[in-house]
Amino acid sequence: MKELDLAVFFSVFHEMLGPVLWLLLALAVGGIALALWVFVREGSSIDSRRLVRSELMGLLGGVAALVLMAEVTVSGFTDAGGPVDWLLVGLIWGIGLAGTTILAYGIQGVFKKA
Amino acid sequence: MTTRPPLSAGLNRRRFLQLGAAGAALTAVPLSTATADTKVATKAHIVIAGAGAAGLSAAQRLMQKLDGARVTIIDKRKEHFYQPGFTLIAGGIKSKDYVVSSTAEYLPRDVTWIEEGVAEFDPDANKVVTDSGKAVTYDYLVLATGLRLDYDAIEGMDVTRIGTDGLGSIYASPDAASATWGAMARFVETGGVGLFGRPDTEMKCAGAPLKYTFITDDRLRRAGNRSKAELIYCAQNKSLFSVPIVSEKVRMLFGDRKVKVNHDHVMTGIDLGRKMAFYKTPTGTAELKYDFINVVPPMRAAEAVRNSALRWQDGAFAADGWAEVEKPTLRHRRYPNVFAVGDVAGVPKGKTAASVKWQVPVAVDHLVADIAGTTSTAVYNGYTSCPLITRLGRAMLVEFDYNNDLVPSFPGVVAPLEELWITWVMKTMALKPTYISMLRGRA
Repeated sequence: MKELDLAVFFSVFHEMLGPVLWLLLALAVGGIALALWVFVREGSSIDSRRLVRSELMGLLGGVAALVLMAEVTVSGFTDAGGPVDWLLVGLIWGIGLAGTTILAYGIQGVFKKA
Repeated sequence: MTTRPPLSAGLNRRRFLQLGAAGAALTAVPLSTATADTKVATKAHIVIAGAGAAGLSAAQRLMQKLDGARVTIIDKRKEHFYQPGFTLIAGGIKSKDYVVSSTAEYLPRDVTWIEEGVAEFDPDANKVVTDSGKAVTYDYLVLATGLRLDYDAIEGMDVTRIGTDGLGSIYASPDAASATWGAMARFVETGGVGLFGRPDTEMKCAGAPLKYTFITDDRLRRAGNRSKAELIYCAQNKSLFSVPIVSEKVRMLFGDRKVKVNHDHVMTGIDLGRKMAFYKTPTGTAELKYDFINVVPPMRAAEAVRNSALRWQDGAFAADGWAEVEKPTLRHRRYPNVFAVGDVAGVPKGKTAASVKWQVPVAVDHLVADIAGTTSTAVYNGYTSCPLITRLGRAMLVEFDYNNDLVPSFPGVVAPLEELWITWVMKTMALKPTYISMLRGRA
């Protein structure tokens, strides 16, 4: 057997999430690709107003990630008992924030009025 | 083939837990330098007795490492139970579907499955006999029969009444675990005396009876009824856990949660009608009245193993018939072509899925090395782990080895004796996928 840690890592997440894993991966890759495409199309510049809008949505995305986590684990960040727990809360919120921001920026860029 | 360096399986297990941690999701995961093992060609016939967690993962590992071997697995049960989930069912956290799947879905394609129990082991003739009298000879035997819940040893116990009259017992089946939740939920409403404890035999996950006490305490607190209940934990000896440092921590937590402890209380009987439990103590029989009880039965090796030459002949593991194997290799001390993995192995410490995760690669590595004519250096150090739930939403990630040493997977990050949410997250989210990956041979 290949003791390839990344393969084990992937296997566990696949087992955990099933088809949702592919959806999340597609969203992550698609979102980044979209944002990059918009960035390049607009002459390698960032639209600051759009970015702020995306970041605001990102804030909500972070909250959504925490709510989802609470749902899945039948618990929540109020159960945090030590520094590593707050780190985890921050990490989950951060993933939700970053993911939503990038995706929102990309989507808005695609649908912007020419 | 390449031989595995010592402890590598353990590191894999640890890395595995690390991967399971949600916090590890974004950390860079280094690829190990290990390359794919070359398969060893052989015509050997390997019989695996038992298709639980240990038997199934052994089957996967053997098929991955051998080319041309005949592998036969013998077990009559068609359902597969994810046993670490039983406590979660009985705690009202998961439904019973959470733990039930089927043996067939984890069985490698080319493994022959005999859907019978093993009635007899004859290691002198390299043979096992099934329930129907069919003799199956082997070149190598992997003993993975699990253990037997000896409810009969508790006088007056009736498993069919679990869920009624305050009787709980999470072990008998997923249904029993679910019925136990029903009984505990009623107790949480009414209050009274709750009795917990453990047997004086070896047992599956010795943390489970403690977890269940903590969960009941938390359920009562959440319902605002803690003051209406008295919780008593009856320990079988003078400690609360075999690892002294963990025992001390549990003692402190029980003190904090106002759980009373009776030491040297071994349950011997129960009167289900009068709701009385009977205990053997150094000063005679003690009788305790209860409104809710979690009965943990004595656990012993399966009958066929107990009645065979494979059992320990003397020492601490002889009485209950555990298989006589070497601690570091899981190889039988008198029959070198026999290995025992999982609950049936007569070694100290954990009878847990975490133990299986490390034991199976070690035993299989030695077995394959025998076939290849080489020597394996793989060692099992007794590693086991127990995410010890201390309330809903928090657990302690207790990991230890044969020496009672704590062997934390995340030293300095996830403290082993701290009640943490991250450990709860691991328990509820990552451990079952990890376990299933192990059964599929992907971990």
